[in-house]
Amino acid sequence: MIAILDYGVGNLHSIYKAIQNTGLSPVVTSNPKKLLQSKGLILPGVGAFSSAIKSLQKENLIDIIYKFVKTGKPLLGICLGLQLMFTQSQEGGNIKGLDFIKGKVKKIPTKNKLPHIGWNSINIIKKSSILENIKNKTFFYFAHSYYPVVSEENIIIANTFYNIEIPVIINKENIYATQFHPEKSSVAGLQFLNNWAKLC
Amino acid sequence: MLTKRIIPCLDVKNGKVVKGIHFKNLRDAGNPVEIARRYYLEGADEIVFLDITATIENRKTTYKVVKETAQNVFIPLTVGGGIRTVDDIKNLLNSGADKVSMNTIAVKNPLIIKKSAYIFGSQCIVVAIDAKKINKNKWEVYINSGTTPTGLDAVEWAKKVEKLGAGEILLTSIDTDGTQTGYDIQLTKIISETVKIPVIASGGAGKLEHLYDVLVKGKADAVLAASIFHYNKYTVLEVKSYLKKRGISIRLDR
Repeated sequence: MIAILDYGVGNLHSIYKAIQNTGLSPVVTSNPKKLLQSKGLILPGVGAFSSAIKSLQKENLIDIIYKFVKTGKPLLGICLGLQLMFTQSQEGGNIKGLDFIKGKVKKIPTKNKLPHIGWNSINIIKKSSILENIKNKTFFYFAHSYYPVVSEENIIIANTFYNIEIPVIINKENIYATQFHPEKSSVAGLQFLNNWAKLC
Repeated sequence: MLTKRIIPCLDVKNGKVVKGIHFKNLRDAGNPVEIARRYYLEGADEIVFLDITATIENRKTTYKVVKETAQNVFIPLTVGGGIRTVDDIKNLLNSGADKVSMNTIAVKNPLIIKKSAYIFGSQCIVVAIDAKKINKNKWEVYINSGTTPTGLDAVEWAKKVEKLGAGEILLTSIDTDGTQTGYDIQLTKIISETVKIPVIASGGAGKLEHLYDVLVKGKADAVLAASIFHYNKYTVLEVKSYLKKRGISIRLDR
């Protein structure tokens, strides 16, 4: 069973269907027992950093995420879920994140349009089994205005370019995170989720 | 490199896809779930459903269609039409929509933009603007499926919705919609250069050049089209191959 963490509003339907597509059985839940029992945990994310952290705190889910990560089972953060892994974010003030990865989330510096919405290609910078059958320059779907400035070395698997380089796949031990939405990235996104599911 | 998006739009009425000329004379063009799946397989970048006759009784049909579509379409799905409250947005997102598009309610109650952007995030709040040319450089915003003038200037309204937290603008020219004579380039360009959020151009696609023109001359970030896809004039792949050949950044792999 794969748990999709339900901590408030947003569309969890797409990620649910996409995980089902990998052959694993997903459960959308905020039940601590189920979350800890799952073989893999997905931390989706939409909306603002501060409201996400507040919802996680309100539902007492932060400790559960820490406990889950200690088990060594794979965690996958998607979009805002990636940003939540970092030390802090400038979105809505200086808000503390989960601090699994050292770094600060900032607004994308650009004269181009924001949010960065649409399909952008990834540049693979480190080999990883998470990218099996995914070629360099493959397109994924993005919808975000913030990005992490990563202070740790050797954890960025791929980046994309939108005025600056933006880390888009991160892996540190059993923590995986994507800035794009694999569940909305067509065949390539499903392949990515398949690769992650194999780790579970 | 960020690509320009090609977005087939399905106008849905009572669970069926229809497309009218100047918002009238609706013709039946099929089952939305099947059509959306076909566009997804052809390489569409997103899909938009506009529930054009959404009444309270028909909301449940819409949720059902959205839910069935989201089951096997793994690209973003935007749903608009008939949204009145934050709960309507929540229901659509819970049914499987990735974004919602608001038009009439945004004009009547602009604060719903701010409120919903705060709750769900700007990235899923699209404001649809239906504009009609009133003189050389002026367009007026219309609501209620293009039937009611509002007195609002389209450019000023675009600035306002951006400020209130809209993540994208879906801009339709009432003058060109359904005519297949080309997008309103001038309108698209002025709005796209005024706001910092992405603009999706809509209304008037008939030939491949029309899409090229609105992306290049009109500076649109994405194009929406209905008729050219529904009546099999072009497939999504044909449109995308053409634009790519003409040098536009387009996603061709799936």
